[in-house]
Amino acid sequence: MDRWRITRKRSAKALWDDTPFVLTREGHHGEVIHAVNAPARTLGMARDARLVDMRALCPNLRAQPADPKGDHEALEKLVFWARRWCPWSAIDGEDGFVLDTTGADHLFGGETAMLADMEARLSAIGLSVRLAIAPTWGAAWALARYGRNDHEICSPGDLAQRLAPLPVSALRLDDKTLLLLRRLGLKTIGMLADVPRLSLARRFSRAQLQANPLLRLDQAMGDMAEPISGPREAPRFLATAGLLEPLQDPTPYLPTLSQDVCTKLDAQGWGARRVCLRIYRTDGEVRILEAATSSPSRDTDHLVRLFDGNLERLDPGFGFDLITLEAVVAEPLSVAQPSLDAPAQEEVHLSRLIDRLSARFGTGVIAWPTPRDSHIPERAQGPVSALGNNPKSLAGVPRTRPLRLLDPPEPVGVLYAVPEGPPAQFVWRRQVHRIARHQGPERIAPEWWRARSGTRLRDYYCVEDKSGRRFWLYREGLPDDGWGGDPHWYLHGMFA
Amino acid sequence: MEVFPDTSVDASATGFVLSQIPRKGGPILWAQDRLSRYQAGEPCLAGLGTSLPVLHAALKRPADVLWALEEGLRCSGLSGVIGEIWGDPAVLDFTATKRLALRAEASGVPVWLIRRSCVPNLSAARERWRIAAMPSSPHPDDAQAPGQPRWRLELFRSRWRKPGVWIASYDRKTRRLRLSDQFSDGSVADHEETFGQSAVG
Repeated sequence: MDRWRITRKRSAKALWDDTPFVLTREGHHGEVIHAVNAPARTLGMARDARLVDMRALCPNLRAQPADPKGDHEALEKLVFWARRWCPWSAIDGEDGFVLDTTGADHLFGGETAMLADMEARLSAIGLSVRLAIAPTWGAAWALARYGRNDHEICSPGDLAQRLAPLPVSALRLDDKTLLLLRRLGLKTIGMLADVPRLSLARRFSRAQLQANPLLRLDQAMGDMAEPISGPREAPRFLATAGLLEPLQDPTPYLPTLSQDVCTKLDAQGWGARRVCLRIYRTDGEVRILEAATSSPSRDTDHLVRLFDGNLERLDPGFGFDLITLEAVVAEPLSVAQPSLDAPAQEEVHLSRLIDRLSARFGTGVIAWPTPRDSHIPERAQGPVSALGNNPKSLAGVPRTRPLRLLDPPEPVGVLYAVPEGPPAQFVWRRQVHRIARHQGPERIAPEWWRARSGTRLRDYYCVEDKSGRRFWLYREGLPDDGWGGDPHWYLHGMFA
Repeated sequence: MEVFPDTSVDASATGFVLSQIPRKGGPILWAQDRLSRYQAGEPCLAGLGTSLPVLHAALKRPADVLWALEEGLRCSGLSGVIGEIWGDPAVLDFTATKRLALRAEASGVPVWLIRRSCVPNLSAARERWRIAAMPSSPHPDDAQAPGQPRWRLELFRSRWRKPGVWIASYDRKTRRLRLSDQFSDGSVADHEETFGQSAVG
C-alpha cells in the first residue's frame, strides 16, 4: 500500500509566548483545562486538569474559555485550504487533519521539501504544528502525536521498527481498551505486535474497531485498508458575461445570466439563498449588488426581479465590460411536485414578496413584529427579520393596550387635581386636550434586572378627551418616591 | 380604499381598517412612511385585537410605500394590505391610486390607504371614508372609564353604493361593528344593524 499520509496537530493558540496560557472548558466540577501552550506544558499542566488546581500551582496563569465549535469550523476551512498539496484531505479527530499525498510529493521536490513547505505555510498563519509522513493513516497519526520530533518521515521499509517504541495509546484506541492493555502489561506497540496473533484474536474477536488493538495494528501496519473520505467542496454557481464594448445598462444581460445560474443550480439540485451581482467597470472599479431570498430558489424571473430598482442606483462611470452573477450562498432544494388539482402557480408566494421587499429596502426594514417576554410596553414586542423566519401567531394575554405606540413616548404637560391622581387636562403638540373620562392607573414597575438604577415606575392611564379621542398616558414615578423631583408625564399611544 | 382620519393623531381610522380586514388566515402587509411612523406611531401587537401576523415595512418615502403596496397586491396569500402615507406627496396621484385599485381587484386582496394631514384630492379609490372618533359608549362597570370605541364613519365616495354617514361602535371581543343612526340633536339611537362584509368589498 503506497499511500503517504501526513497528520498535523494543532496545539493551543500561542498568544503569549512566554507566559503560561491555557484554554478552559466547563467540566463536572468547575472549569477544566482544554489546551495548554508550551510554557504551561513545561510547568506540568495537562489536559483535563482542573483550572483551580493549576492556578494554585502557577498564580500568573492566564486562562480563556475555549471555543470548540469555532475551532472545528476553522479546521473545516483549513482542510479545504490544505488541498493545495494534494487532492484528498479530511478532518481527523478534533485537532488534526489527514492528507492523502500519494504521488503528490514530487511536485514539491520530495517529501522533506513538502514537509518544510507545509510547516512554513502553516506557521505563517499562526499555527504550531506537528507533521508526519507515513505509509498508512494510522502510522502517520501515531508518529505525529507520539513521535520524537516535530517532523517525522517514515518509509515503508522501517514502518514496524519506527512504530515499535511508541506507546499503545498511539493506536487510536478508546480508554477502556488502553486500561485493559496496561493491565495486561502491554505498554508499547512493539510488545503488542510480539504477542501471538491467535491469542489476541481470541480475546478481541468481537470488539469494535475503536476497542480492537489487532485491527488498529493492522491499519497502522498497512495490512488493512483505511481509505480517506474527505468532504466535497460546495459547488460554485457563477455565470459571467464578457462584453465586447463598454455598456451603461446591465439590465438586458440579467435574464441570460440568471438563466445560466439557475441551470447550474438545477443540475446539482440546489437553490440560491443569496445572489451577488458584480459589475466590473472599465476604469478598474467593481460595483457589487447583493440580494437574499428567504427560501432557496432557482427561478430565473425571481432572481432577476430581486435586482429591480437597485440597478438604477449603480454608477456605471465610463461603462463596464464584465458582469458576473453568482449564487454566493446556496442550499439543497429538492423538486416538489404540486398535486394534480392544485391551482396554477401564477400568484406570488409570500416568501417571494419578502425577498423582493428585502432586496429593495434592506433586510432590517421588513420584519415580523413578535411578542416578547416583558411587561414594559415598548419591550413587549420586537422586530424579527422577515428573511428566513416564519411568523408566529399573536395569541397572547389580553390586556388593555393601545392600537398604536409612539416611539419614543412624547412628553406632555399635564394638569391634575392631586399629584398621585389621574390627569385632568394635557397639552400635547401644542394642543390642549381636556380629559372627559379616564381609567387607571395600571402600574408597571421597572425591570430591575436590566434597567439602570434610578429608573422610575410608570402609572398608565387610559384617557378620553372631550372630542372622543382616546390616549394612553403615563406618569413616570411618584412625587415622593425619592428618585428625583416631580414626575414627568408622557403620551405613549393611541386607542382606536 | 382610502381612509382619511379626522385628525392626524386619531387611531380610530386604524381600528376601522383592522375591523374590515377579512380573516383569511394570511398575514397583513403594513407599510408606513417615515412621517407616519414618527407622528402617528407604529402598530402595537398587543392592542391590534387580531391574531393575524403582521409583516411590517418601516419605509422612508411615500414612493417606497406605494411600491411595497403594489408588490403586496401581487401576493394573494395576504389577508390585506395597509399603507400609511403622510401629507400629499406628488407620487400619490390619480395614476398611482388607479394602479392600486386595479391590482386589488385583480388579486382579491383588499388594500387600505390611511392618509393623514392631507386634502382628499382626485383619486381612483373605490371607496373613500372620513373617520372621526366620538365619545365612547358607557363602560358597563365604571362610569368614569371610557367604554367601547365609537366612530363617526362618513363614506363620501363609493363606486358601488350610496354614500352616507354612520355612527359605529366596535366590540373588540366579538369583532363586530354595530351601526346606529345619528339624531339631529346629537343623541345616538342604539339599534342593531350590522355592517356586512360586502359593504366594504
